[in-house]
Amino acid sequence: MEVPILKQGLYLIASIQSALTDADLSALREALIERVGKYRARGVIVDVTALDVMDSFAVRTLRDIAHMARLRGAETVIVGIQPEVAFAMVQLGLTLKGVSTALDLEEGLAYLDRQGQERLERVRGRVTRG
Amino acid sequence: MAAKGKDPQAPSPLDPQAQSESTAALLRELVAHLRQNRTQLREEWARRITRAQLLTAMTEEEIFAEATSVYDNYVEALETGTFEALQAYARNLSERIIPRGVETHEVVGIVLLLRDVLARSLFGKYHEDFDKLNRILDAYEPAANRVANTVAVGFVQERERIIRQQQEAIRELSTPVLQVRERLLILPIIGVIDPQRARQLTEQLLRAIRTNRAKVVVIDITGVAAMDSNVANHLVQTVEASRLLGATVIVTGLSPEIAQTLVTIGVDLSEMATVGDLQGGIEEAERLLGYKVVPLEEPVPKP
Repeated sequence: MEVPILKQGLYLIASIQSALTDADLSALREALIERVGKYRARGVIVDVTALDVMDSFAVRTLRDIAHMARLRGAETVIVGIQPEVAFAMVQLGLTLKGVSTALDLEEGLAYLDRQGQERLERVRGRVTRG
Repeated sequence: MAAKGKDPQAPSPLDPQAQSESTAALLRELVAHLRQNRTQLREEWARRITRAQLLTAMTEEEIFAEATSVYDNYVEALETGTFEALQAYARNLSERIIPRGVETHEVVGIVLLLRDVLARSLFGKYHEDFDKLNRILDAYEPAANRVANTVAVGFVQERERIIRQQQEAIRELSTPVLQVRERLLILPIIGVIDPQRARQLTEQLLRAIRTNRAKVVVIDITGVAAMDSNVANHLVQTVEASRLLGATVIVTGLSPEIAQTLVTIGVDLSEMATVGDLQGGIEEAERLLGYKVVPLEEPVPKP
């Protein structure tokens, strides 16, 4: 099943609607990374609200997406992890280290906005100091 | 006597149906005897309960009143062979006497006493006809044992039910997740954390994070006396799981002893934000949420 990727301003939103096979996940990774460049996106949100299982491959793919997107200039947030899924993940030791997470889509967008703001201020600071 | 008339046709042991009929007849005779001597046997039983120093939590009148009810229920169970009424009564009795501190051995003790008192009265009645006494006892003993069993099991079950209920109540009381500000939760942990409780705690916290849309959680462990690597790992897991839901966790109230233990056993707490006390934790959380608490201005004294 293909995951729809929506463009929303500077951000890309991938909303996973049902359980995905490993191949689907890899396809999602390729598509997202390609579109980050194509749309010059500054942020990526992956919404996993509909997932009630998260295995090690899914977690690794999400981490890869975050790291690869960062190299392409976009910040990634994973949103909508269910409480039960979160609990199962930490018990299995799958903790998505180094990847930002947020409660839901709204929070994720707010987080990316804040990140953008901070980056802007850092750049401005550098300019004035220079 | 009716039973005596039946004696000559006493069945051979090889005929089970006839034998059970004769058992029923013997039980009928037995019940008639117990009904006849109700007052005297009840008094004897109550006396022996007092002498054995059972049910010390109850007054003599209460013991006699309960003894009467138990006696009647006992006889009825012997007569009808059904134990539902007795079972219900035993549960009801247990419910009344457990809060007063009556112990299992006392309940078992009084039921066995009743069994002895009744058996003794049977010896007295049939001591001249040894054969008949034997047959009466054959009929009486299995029924009496079942009665004793029913009452004792009823008592223990009721006790276990109460214990389970209390455990549940303690569990629920002990893990309150409180909202102190918009999007800020505190979770004070008090007492011992075992794996089951840690799991329940985490689940409750995660659910609360989602329903309250919390961004910051302060976990206060001032009330946790000791911590081993298991508990520490549970704590780390809780912090990680909360982060997956987008909430930051601040742990407060680590006592010097716990800090020392954690460092000594080498638990990795580098991922965890810790602040000395609950006040500091809440202040830190407010900073993270962008709150600023300022005192109201002092009213300027008029010149």
